[in-house]
Amino acid sequence: MLTRRTLLGAISALALLTAGGAATAQDAYDIALISKGFQHQFWQAVKAGADQAAADLGVTVTFEGPETESQVDRQMDMLAAALSRKPSAIGFAALDSQAATPLLQQAKDAGIPVIAFDSGVDSDIPLTTATTDNVAAAALAADVMAELIGGEGKVAIVAHDQTSRTGIDRVEGFSNRIKEAYPNIEVVSVQYGGGDQLQSTEITKSILLANPDLKGIFGANEGSVLGVANGKQELGSNVVIIGYDSGAAQKALIESGVIAGAITQNPVGIGYQTVQAAVSALKGETLPAIIDTGFYYYDKTNMTDPKIAAVLYD
Amino acid sequence: MTDTTAPATKSGVRISGAFHRLLAFSGLIALIVVFSIASPNFMQTQNVLAILQATSVNGVLAIAATLVIITGGIDLSVGTLMTFCAVITGVVLTYLGLPLPLGIVASILAGTACGLVSGTIIAKLKVPPFIATLGMMLILKGLSLVISGTKPIYFNDTPGFNQIALGSWVGTIFPAVPLPNGVLILFVVALLAAFVLGKTQLGRYTFALGSNEEAVRLSGVNIDRWKIAVYATAGGICGVAGLLIASRLNSAQPALGQGYELDAIAAVVIGGTSLSGGRGTVIGTLIGALIISVLANGLRILSVPQEWQTVVTGLIIILAVYADILRRRTL
Repeated sequence: MLTRRTLLGAISALALLTAGGAATAQDAYDIALISKGFQHQFWQAVKAGADQAAADLGVTVTFEGPETESQVDRQMDMLAAALSRKPSAIGFAALDSQAATPLLQQAKDAGIPVIAFDSGVDSDIPLTTATTDNVAAAALAADVMAELIGGEGKVAIVAHDQTSRTGIDRVEGFSNRIKEAYPNIEVVSVQYGGGDQLQSTEITKSILLANPDLKGIFGANEGSVLGVANGKQELGSNVVIIGYDSGAAQKALIESGVIAGAITQNPVGIGYQTVQAAVSALKGETLPAIIDTGFYYYDKTNMTDPKIAAVLYD
Repeated sequence: MTDTTAPATKSGVRISGAFHRLLAFSGLIALIVVFSIASPNFMQTQNVLAILQATSVNGVLAIAATLVIITGGIDLSVGTLMTFCAVITGVVLTYLGLPLPLGIVASILAGTACGLVSGTIIAKLKVPPFIATLGMMLILKGLSLVISGTKPIYFNDTPGFNQIALGSWVGTIFPAVPLPNGVLILFVVALLAAFVLGKTQLGRYTFALGSNEEAVRLSGVNIDRWKIAVYATAGGICGVAGLLIASRLNSAQPALGQGYELDAIAAVVIGGTSLSGGRGTVIGTLIGALIISVLANGLRILSVPQEWQTVVTGLIIILAVYADILRRRTL
C-alpha cells in the first residue's frame, strides 16, 4: 500500500512538473526534432543549435535520437510518439528512409510540415533539407591543398565509400575543383577504405609507395583521415594531409602538425537552420530545396577561435 | 518426489504472482491515468496503437527472457539473436528469392538452433549462463554483420513481408480496431508461452530448475535435456521477434540488437519475475514491457527531455523491484 502510494506520488509530481512546463508554451510553435543520434558530440552540437534557434524565435523544441545509429526501430518509436504529440512541425534525419515512409506519410496527411536535416530523408515529403554542402566544402579543401603544395604536383583522395551521398559529393567536390582551377595539380588516385581507420592506413601506404613524389592526400571523413595520418607516420612521409570533421584524435594530429588542417561541418548551424526552416514553413514562406548550413576550414592557428571551437567536437 | 515438488512450487508462484501482477498492473494503470490527464493526445487511438507497436518487439524478447530467467539462468543474447534471425530471413527471401513462408520458418528455426547451442554450452559444458550467452551475443552480432556484408537487407522483392508487423488482420474484420499484426503476434506468443509454462511438463521443469536444480537432478530427472529445451524455446521466440522487427522496418538491420536484451530483462523484472529463478509469469512480463513503452511514449508526448526520460525509466525499474522486495518481506 505504502509503495503504491509513493509510486503514484512520484509519478504525479513528475507529471505536474512537466505539464506546467508545457502549459507556459501553449501558444508558441512546438517543433519535434528526431535526429540520428543523441549522446554523440556532433548531435549534441546540432541540439545546441536547435535550442538556440528556439530561444531566438520563441518556439519550443524537443530533440531526441536513438542511442546508436543502428537502432532504426527506436527512431521509429520516437517519430511515432512525436506525431501523437501533434507538434506544429517535425525535423527529421532518417537512419533509414524506407522504414520511415509510413510515418512520414502520416505526418503529411495530418498537415504537419517535415524538415529534413543532416543527411536528410530520401523522400519527397520533406519541404527542405538543412545540410552541409559537401561539394562546396570539399572544393574548399582542394583550394587549401593547392595553396599548401604550391599549386602543382600529385595528390590523392582516401574516402569512406562510393555509394553514400557524402562520399560521392566530397570526392567529386575535391577532384572537380582541382580539375577546374589548378591545371598543374593531378589527382592520381581515389581509393575507398569504408571509413575504417586500419583499411585507410593500408590504402594510404600503398598510394605513398606507388607515388613517391605525392604532395598531398585528402581524407574525406574522420575515419579515413585518421588512417591517412597513420599511413603517413608509419612510412615517415611528409605528405600534406587535409582532413574532414573533427574528433579528439584528429584535433590532436592537427595540433602536432601531422594533419595540416581539416574541413568542419557546422552542426550548430544544422540545428539552428532546421528550426528556422520549420518556423518559416509554418508561416507559409517558401523554402529552397536545400539549405546550406555552412562549413569552415580550420588548422592549429584558428582551432581555439570561439567561432571554430564551437563547431568542433571531441 | 518430483510430483510433490513441482506442484508445490507452482501454487506458491500462483499466489505471489497474482499479487505482484496486481501491483505491476496498478502501476501501469496509474501511468496511463497520469499521462491521460497530462496530455489529451495520449489516449488517442493512433497513439495507443503506437505504444502497442513499440511494445511488440520488446514484449516478445522479454517473453523469451522470462522462460530462461525462471530457470535461474539469464540470456544476454536475445537482442542480437533477434537480429541474426532477421538477417537469415533476409538471406532466404531477398538473396535466395524463396517464398515468404520459408523465410518465416527459417527465422524461427535459426532462433531455435542458436538457443539449442546456448543451452548445450550451459548444460553440457557447464559454462555459466551469463558468460555463455554473453559469448553468443557477440558471436551472433558478428555473424549478422558478416552474413549481411554490414549492409541492411531490404525486403522490396517480397511485397507481403511488411504486413507481418504493419498489416492488420483484426482491422479487416473489425475496421474500428486496426490492431497491427505485430501486436496480435505478441499476444499469441504470450498465450502460447503462458500455456507452456502453466500446463506442460516443460513449464513445470522450467520452474523446478529455478527453484531447486539439485533436488530435480537428485530425483533422477535429466536436467540437461530440459535446460537445453528451455533455451531452444526461448531462441525460437527470438526468431519471432526477428520477423517482427524486420517486417516493421522492411529490412534486416544487421548492426541493431545489442542493448535490446537489457530492455527485455527490465520488462521481465518489472513484471515480477525473480532474477534468482523459480518464480515468474508471462502476463507480468507483458505488463512490464507495456510499462516501459507507456513510460517512454508518455514522457515523449509531454516533451520531457530525453536525458530525464532515461532517469525516470531507471527510477521506475528500481521502484518496481523494491516493491517486490517489500512484498516478499511481508509474506
